[in-house]
Order: sequence, then structure tokens, then C-alpha cells
Amino acid sequence: MTPPRKKKMNLKQRYALMTRGLDWETSYQKMDDVFPYDTFEGIKITDWSKWEDPFRLTMDAYWKYQGEKERKLYAVLDSFAQNNGQLGISDARYVNAIKLFLTGVTPLEYQAHRHFAHLGRHIRGAGPRVAAQMQSLDELRHAQTQIHTISHYNKYFDGFAEFPHMHDRVWYLSVPKSFFDDACTAGPFEFFTAISFAFEYVLTNLLFVPFMSGAAYNGDLATVTFGFSAQSDEARHMTLGIEVIKFMLEQHPDNLPIVQKWVDKWFWRGHKMLGLVAMMMDYMLPKRIMSWKEAWEIYFTEAGGALFEDLSRYGLRVPKYADIATEEAEHISHQNWAIFYQYTQAAGFHTWLPTDEEMAWLSEKYPNTFDKYYRPRFEMWREMEAKGERFYNNALPQLCQTCQIPMGYTEPGDPTKIGFRSTEYKGDRYHFCSDGCKDIFENEPEKFAQAWLPVHQIFQGNCGGADLGDVLKWYHMENGTDNLDYSGSPDQQQWDAWQAARKKVAG
Amino acid sequence: MSIDIKTMNVEPKRHTFAHVARRLGSDAPASRYEEGVYDLQATTHFHYRPLWGPEHWHFDEGRTQVKMSDWYKFKDPRQYYYGTYTIARANMHQTTDRNFAFEEKREMLANIDPEWREMIVNYLIPLRHYEWGANMNACSISDTGYGTAITSAAIFTAGDRLGIAQILSRVGISLGNGTGDLLDDAKAQWMNGPAWQGMRKCVEDSLVLKDWFEALVAQFLVMDGLVYPLVYNHIDTEGQKHGAAAISILCEFMVDWSAEHNRWVDAVIKVAAKESEENQALLSSWYSQWRDETHKALQPLAAMVLGDGADSALADVKEQLDKRAGKLGLNL
Ligand SMILES: [Fe+2]
Ligand SMILES: [Fe+2]
Repeated sequence: MTPPRKKKMNLKQRYALMTRGLDWETSYQKMDDVFPYDTFEGIKITDWSKWEDPFRLTMDAYWKYQGEKERKLYAVLDSFAQNNGQLGISDARYVNAIKLFLTGVTPLEYQAHRHFAHLGRHIRGAGPRVAAQMQSLDELRHAQTQIHTISHYNKYFDGFAEFPHMHDRVWYLSVPKSFFDDACTAGPFEFFTAISFAFEYVLTNLLFVPFMSGAAYNGDLATVTFGFSAQSDEARHMTLGIEVIKFMLEQHPDNLPIVQKWVDKWFWRGHKMLGLVAMMMDYMLPKRIMSWKEAWEIYFTEAGGALFEDLSRYGLRVPKYADIATEEAEHISHQNWAIFYQYTQAAGFHTWLPTDEEMAWLSEKYPNTFDKYYRPRFEMWREMEAKGERFYNNALPQLCQTCQIPMGYTEPGDPTKIGFRSTEYKGDRYHFCSDGCKDIFENEPEKFAQAWLPVHQIFQGNCGGADLGDVLKWYHMENGTDNLDYSGSPDQQQWDAWQAARKKVAG
Repeated sequence: MSIDIKTMNVEPKRHTFAHVARRLGSDAPASRYEEGVYDLQATTHFHYRPLWGPEHWHFDEGRTQVKMSDWYKFKDPRQYYYGTYTIARANMHQTTDRNFAFEEKREMLANIDPEWREMIVNYLIPLRHYEWGANMNACSISDTGYGTAITSAAIFTAGDRLGIAQILSRVGISLGNGTGDLLDDAKAQWMNGPAWQGMRKCVEDSLVLKDWFEALVAQFLVMDGLVYPLVYNHIDTEGQKHGAAAISILCEFMVDWSAEHNRWVDAVIKVAAKESEENQALLSSWYSQWRDETHKALQPLAAMVLGDGADSALADVKEQLDKRAGKLGLNL
């Protein structure tokens, strides 16, 4: 027997043996053929061994912790279903927020699963590869646990049943879909920057706090439990995001301008997509947590400010147009809700006008903007409703070529004027909602010219037909059930009947 | 509150999602596997061609030559979604932890004959690199495969292969008295040992395959189909003669895992072969080509460990695999 040659290892050495120690330099096939994708973006990595593992989890520990969390989560989901947990929510209007979540976010979790598998295979460093593989598993978890959580709501409410079909087709769902398509079609380091850093590290609280606290405030025990259960996964994803950024910046000075451009791009793309969350937070939660503006101040202005100050030692600066995004935080939720109100006939969830009490809350939270710019419009629509002339916008909107949101945003510094930008590429003119979106296009015109813009597609006859009925059928959206105002919807009728029955029983 | 709920009419409007109901043929209550897997992957209206490979969409049926009318025919007989998968593996690994504790308490590794102990470093521990290659192929299938039925099972398999590589690493560390020295020795075998070069070449060749289904056949059906029975059956039996009972115990996970994993692999191959004659021909040619290469590659390894018994052991595993492939509908 050979005597022991060395002392026992510490945890870090042991983990390194259990992960990167498995890897080898191929010789029967060229390394560049085995890893064909991790150089074309121009990111220079001189020494992969400098990678610091952001967390050290062997597979057995992963199975154990995650399996335990799953046991607990499904126990709650089972009892939520058995006890008709849907009766405990604040109001059935709340359910529309999770319709937006299931149709808009859950399919992105699946995309994340796929693309972290791509990174888990194709990044040359074995350390980050293992971290990416675990995230691929986690993201599949998120997609599946979200479906299983919301499955119960689908049994009682409309608007959920066709979520994958809708995700691939419906006009506003192309906003989140194109966001993620953009990331997955980019190179691996851009994906890391877009999703792990810009989204999961910088902006994640602006997605999860609104939905998960929103669920808590509105009695949605199932979604809250899911959210808590996902938190420790998110913590791992965030540490991966920050480690990747630091690693790229430490490896070579030439990486800085590339990374900065990505940070600028993905901050702006994230900001525009999160406008949907802003609207959900300010308008769709019967019981509100805080305003979008407050959330933006806490999670971006303060937390993001500190982060970028820390990263300034690498030369990285605050994303371009961060000041404009902060200004827009006073407007974006109102403008988006107004878009959905006008196009309720083509939305897969219900809309409504804020009540007096809700408008008072909005005035208080948005002292600079709500009364001045948005209250008058909502009040006018309310009067029209009272006269039986509910306003529908029947003209199809022009979409921004980059973020794909209808062009309803106003100019920086002038909230009375809609902003338009355009540029020419190969003889065609492309339109944008903002300088940020225009810049993104101009940096990669050949990519963004390809966008599948829902309104263009309707005009070209690719969406079931020319009139609304045809398009709704093609969306698998049932007219009068899935769309239109909450008031008068089957969701509302059922909820009211439940409430009435409750009162009766309670005497 | 529970009283009023009972007397209220809370009838569900529907029992499952519409896309699931279409697959089940009616709106019947669906399983969590069905709701968590069916149609989850986007299939159309992608926005941009990948910068890393513009010839396909990022989710594209054309990334394999195999053609299917429906990619959700690849139902997992284990019905794994994330929750059932992690719970099942956590349970399996509990046994592994107990086995390691059992071995340590009795110092069973010390009972192994010194020559065989060296042999273990030469034949078993290098397999951690083989598993890492399998992990890469599994990731690749999850990345480029089509439909959630395939991609979810593939990423579970990637986790499995990393887990197995780590169990083998633990065996090596235990044998090396808590150091990584024997892992270094085993890696040297994998990199330069003549017994391993054929297998390492097979693995590296599989890592550059462009067709994910070919990678699935090469790795999960053929390479695993020959390596696992050779190592964990034939060689393990030989080890018994040299006091290596501890190795059988520590490798129990792999034996159980492989039996379970094969159920999924067999289901996938069977469904694909049954779909069309073209698929059947394609799978059969991949099978034969990889079987011949792998069989040849394993000869020096088997000879190093089994000596005169190598040929009959290899002939046996090949025969068993051919039988299995035949049952799955491949033409040999
Ligand atoms: Fe996620
Ligand atoms: Fe835009």
C-alpha cells in the first residue's frame, strides 16, 4: 500500500477536485472544436484557473437541499388545492397579475434552463460550467414549480389555459419573449452579462419583490411559498452573475468596453421589459406593496448605485441612460396600463380603471406626475364608461423595433409629447420608442431587423386574419372570457357568487 | 372559514391546461409530469438567428436528422419532473452516504489486495473523466434537443453524470487516504495510459458531434451500454476475488442508476425507431458505427484488467447490447 503522500485537503481543494479536476485538455479533437462558441465575442480569458467558484455545492448536496425544498413546497401546494386556497385571495382582480406571470415569465424560465445548459456545455472553464449546469436545473425547477403552483388557479380562472400557445403569439408577450430570444441568440459571455448580471443581479428584485410580495399582500399563499422556495436558488444565481462580471473584467483590459456595451444594452432592455411589472405593481394588485417608483429608488437607484460604485474600480460605469430610466419610473406604469386599457380586447387578462381610492394612492405616490398627466385621462375614460361609451382603440399601434412595446412613451423632459426615433438600415426605416432602443438597434442592426413584430405580422396576414376575431382565435383567446374588462367577466361573476355564498353561510 | 367552503359550490371550470387536455384527448385531471413538461418549449415565431449558429433557430427541429411528428412522444417512463427527480436522487444518495460510512467504519478498502488496489486506480478512477464527458454530452442534448420531454430528462442526466463522477472521485480520495494523489494518477492514465486512449478518443469524438440524437445514441445507448456492464459487472466480479467487496458497495449507486437510466434511454430509442423507417435506418447505422468503435476501444482496457478473460467479457457485453438494441427496433 502506498503511504499517504500529502495532508488532507481543505474544502476548497476538495471541491476543485470534484469539479474542475474532472476536466481535461482534449487532444484527439481540438479544444476549439470541442468549445466552438466561447471566443467569437472577443472576450479574452487568459487563465480559467483564476475563476473563483461562487458557491460550492456537490451534486449530492444539491439533490439533498433541493429535494427537501421540493417536498415542502409540494406539501403546501397540495394543501392549498385541497382547501380551495383561491378563496383566500384579496380579490379576483389579483389573479390577473399571475396570468401575466405565467404567460410572460414562466416560458422564460424554461428558456433560461435551455441556455444555461448551453453555457454548462460550452464555456471552456469547468468551474463556471458546473455553476451554469446547476442553474439550468434550477431554471427548469422554476418553470415547473410555477406551472404547478398556478395549475390550481387555472382550474378556476380564465386566461391561464393556453399559456405556451399565447407566449409564442400574443402581441405584448413578444416583449418578454424577444428579450430572452435576444439573450439566448447572443454569445455565452453576453448571455452571462444579460441574464446572470444585468437581470439576476441588478434588476432581479424589481421582478421578484413585486410578484412575491404582491402575492403575500394579496393572500396568495401558493405563489408566496414558491417565491420563498426559489430565493436560495436566486441567491446562487446572483453570486454567479457578479463573479462572471468581475472575472471578465479582471482577465483582460480589452474586455471592459465590450462588457460596458452589454451592460448598457441589457440595462435598457430590462428597464423596458420591467415596465410590465411596474404596471402590475401600481394597477393590478388590489392590495399594494409600494409603488414602482419607490421600488425603483430602493432597488435600482440605491442598491444599483452602490453596486456600480463598487464596480467602478474595474472601470465599469453606471449604465447609459440610467438617469432617463429613473425619470421614466414616474411614468411607465401609468402609460403601460393606459395601453392595456385601450387594447383590452386583445389582452389575455382583464383590465379596469382605478377606483377613487386607488387614484388617491397613485396621487400620493406620484405627486409629480399622476394628477397632472394621468388622472385626467383615467377620469375621462371613466365618464365615457358611465355613458356606455367605453373607449377601445381599434387602430393597431406601431411597435418599437427593439423592445416591441407600442410607441406610447413620452419624451424625456416632456411628458406631453410621445417620443419617436427612427433609423435607416439597408433601405428600410425602423422605428423606436427611445434613444436607448435606437442605440441597441444601431449596434446590431442585422440582428434587430429580424424581429418578429406582432403588429407587422398581423398586417402581413400571418396571424389568422385581418379582423380582431380572427386574431383572437389564432391567439386561442376566447372573446368575452379571457379578454376585456374585469367588470362583467366570468372571473368576476364567479368571484361575486363565491362572496355572496360566503356571506349567506356566515349569516 | 372551512365551514362555508364546504357548503359553497366551488366547481372547477377546467381540470388542466388546454394544451395538456389536447394531448390527453379530454379535459381530464393531468399529472404533474404532464403539466410540467408538455409544450413548455417555444416552437415558433423566434425573433433572431443565433450569433453562434445562424443556420438554425435556437430551438430547432433541424438540429438532428431524426424526424418526429411529435417530440412529446418521448415521454419519460420515470415521469421525472424536477421535484420527483431531486427527491429520487436524494434518496438514492442517502444509501451511498451510508455505504461510505459503512466502508470507513470497517476499513474495508484496506482488505483489497495491493495489486488490485493499483488496478482500481487504473480502471475505475479514470472513469470520472468518462462521466464528465457524458455530462458534457447530456448538457449538449439539453441545449440542442427539441421539446421539454428530451431537454428536461437530459439535464437530469447531466446532473447524474456529475454526481457519479463525484462518487468516483470520493472513492479515489478514500483510497488515497484523504488526498487527491490517486486522482492525479488516474488522470494520468486517462490522458496517457495505453489502456485508455481508445476510450478517450471515442469520448472526444462524441463531443464534436453536431447531431444531438447521434450523441444520445453514442453516449447513452452504446458507450454506456458497453462500459457499464463491463466495469460494474464483469470487472467487479473479478474484483471480488481480490478482496474488493468495498468497491461493489461504493459503486452501488451506479448499478442502480444505470438500470433506471436505461429505462429512459430505451423508451427514447424505441419511440424514435418506431416513428419511421428513415429514423430506424439512421439510428441503426449510428448504433453499429459507435458499437464497433467502442468495442475496439475497450479491448486494451479489458485486457489490462481481465487478462485472458477480456475477450469473453467483451463478447458478452456486446452480445447483450445487440440483443437490447434489437428489442428496441434497431436493425443490426
Ligand atoms: Fe429562475
Ligand atoms: Fe423600445
